[in-house]
Amino acid sequence: MTAPPLVEIRNLKVYFGVRGKRMLQKARGYVRAVDDVTLTVRRGETLGLVGESGSGKTTLGRAVLRALPVTAGGIRFHLEDGPVDVLALSGRELRRFRRHMQLIFQDPYASLDPRMTVRDIIAEPLEAPGHLRSKREVDERVREIAARCRLNLEFLRRFPHAFSGGQRQRIGIARALVADPEFVVCDEAVSALDVSIQADILNLLMDLQEELGTTYLFITHDLSVVAQISDRVAVLYLGRLMELGPTAEIFARPMHPYTRALLSAIPRVEAEHRFAPVKLRGEIPDPAHPPQGCRFSTRCPFARERCREEVPAFRELARDRFAACHFAEELAD
Amino acid sequence: MVESGRERAAGPVATGAHGEEALRYYTASQWQLVWWRLRRHRAAMVGASILLLFAFLGLFADFVAPYGGTTRDREYIYGPPQIPRFWDDKGFSFRPFVYALKTERDPVTLRKIARIDTDRRRYIYFFVEGEPYRLFGLIPARTRLFGVEEGKIHLFGTDDLGRDLFSRLMYATGVSLSIGVLGVLLAAGLALVIGGIAGYFGGWIDYGIQRLTEIVRVVPVIPLYMGLAAAFPREWSNIQVYFAMTVILGLVGWPTLARRLRGHLLAQRNEDYVLAARLSGAGSAWIIRKHMLPSFTSYIIVDVVISFPYVILSETALSFIGLGLRPPTISWGILLQDAQNVRAIEQAPWLFLPALFVIVAVLAFTVLGDGLRDAADPYAVKKS
Repeated sequence: MTAPPLVEIRNLKVYFGVRGKRMLQKARGYVRAVDDVTLTVRRGETLGLVGESGSGKTTLGRAVLRALPVTAGGIRFHLEDGPVDVLALSGRELRRFRRHMQLIFQDPYASLDPRMTVRDIIAEPLEAPGHLRSKREVDERVREIAARCRLNLEFLRRFPHAFSGGQRQRIGIARALVADPEFVVCDEAVSALDVSIQADILNLLMDLQEELGTTYLFITHDLSVVAQISDRVAVLYLGRLMELGPTAEIFARPMHPYTRALLSAIPRVEAEHRFAPVKLRGEIPDPAHPPQGCRFSTRCPFARERCREEVPAFRELARDRFAACHFAEELAD
Repeated sequence: MVESGRERAAGPVATGAHGEEALRYYTASQWQLVWWRLRRHRAAMVGASILLLFAFLGLFADFVAPYGGTTRDREYIYGPPQIPRFWDDKGFSFRPFVYALKTERDPVTLRKIARIDTDRRRYIYFFVEGEPYRLFGLIPARTRLFGVEEGKIHLFGTDDLGRDLFSRLMYATGVSLSIGVLGVLLAAGLALVIGGIAGYFGGWIDYGIQRLTEIVRVVPVIPLYMGLAAAFPREWSNIQVYFAMTVILGLVGWPTLARRLRGHLLAQRNEDYVLAARLSGAGSAWIIRKHMLPSFTSYIIVDVVISFPYVILSETALSFIGLGLRPPTISWGILLQDAQNVRAIEQAPWLFLPALFVIVAVLAFTVLGDGLRDAADPYAVKKS
């Protein structure tokens, strides 16, 4: 059985204008950072979003939070009291709505203001929108979430310079969760940390999810992290979704050649992969001039005539398994 | 020097991860950290002390100087510095003294010349009644820091009119430093507004302001100064000239600071913690008040301190070539004007003492600014 949807992303497009060489010139072209992505995040799940650098995963995450202007498409939140069209919110409505969604940053150094105490940093989502809350109420809530994030209460008086990367990331997590958001985007939340601390933070995130019922969109380039934390995985390449499905099934039987290539790149202890490995050459193409047809056709070892002409549809190949490949069925075996 | 300062700044963490000292470090606010780091920067602290001393001398010039700025001692023209002594052939004295002077006629030129009379001592007393003056131009007073009972004392000698150089130097310190302060404040004010608007709004407004800044920056400074200074009407009072100078120095000084401020704000706007605040539902007012202002106050202070020497040097240079302030106003530049001729170099080298003050003040500002810049970096301990 599947959980009800929390966030529905429909045909989302985020384009950035490319400025000409001369100043004051109008935009000459567009970088299609996110191109026509349709994706549903289910309530209470962790959806892993993977891709190479430049694939648009951070852009997608930030666009959903309305941290970036969206070019086209729809984002719908299914809250308890009915669906909300996030893109239609403006000004004060949007600021008030922000308590339902939050972001955990990659860099635990840049994301905490060095001039604020930890208490003030964590309390910001409660105090900044100007809700009428007493200081005592805020303090109580801050202390509660700090304890959940395994932060010593005495830390609250300190400034960020007193902490290590892992502790700072806990502070960032406490800030993200203090207002009890339904949806949290973790943007490479553990990539900047040592491996031992990574595991620690991942465990913390999973524990918090269990206690608070939070939904995560977990953005990372690290497949082993995805394997550990995600319920489902979405694979992004050049701004387009390549494959989507339950983590275990994707790792066992990838349907898209790109996913297969990604998984082949994981170093393994066992001698062999359970599927024929695929090696990729070259770099990810320039997103301002993406290839015709299938975006992956320039690097795909199985590419044929059709791939270079026709954009493959993102279709359901098996129960809960989606991929954008003309020949997924043939290649799967 | 700087590096070792940083290493030592890391001290509290290294010495005791637990305990009183570590806790003090962890709960220290940004300003406390800056102060701690600055305190360990010995050169900067020396610079700061010198500047405090200068500020005191300038502020209480009337009190510190034994005589008025234009009081003449006809007995002692081009007189060399009189150095206070504690003993001579006739014995030791706890109270410092200088020798009295006697006037003789030069046998050849028949001009009056002053000779040191080692037979008569003049003891120096503190807090003596002297020429009346108004402290800060308001409070009437007579007490001077030091003086002699009979005759006069010229610690740094006298100039061609017999005016006491030490007294004049005190008044000049006040004038030159205050011009520096006002000029820098005006420049910083303009820079804050102009750079602030450019940096916060960005886009087209920023583009327009940047081109304007470039235009101001490429105007050659010396001809501009000369043109503006020449345009001062002769009948302007000294006060008017003084303020006009300040305004000119301020108007020329803002672009560099404005541009740095803009860059800082643009960088600041893209900081992760500003995005975090925005995603927490904060409005512009909250972001400016909680994140932007605190981040650039330290920055502005550093920049202002560093830009002081330029303003002081500009004033000195302008007054030196006769375009800035005019006598009877006294500033460092005007004092140096007196030291321009060959006769001064040959016969009265003490007239160059004001140059020493300029050099020391500029060095002190530079060193202090340098120390502040190191101390104000919030991640100096982590990243270096």
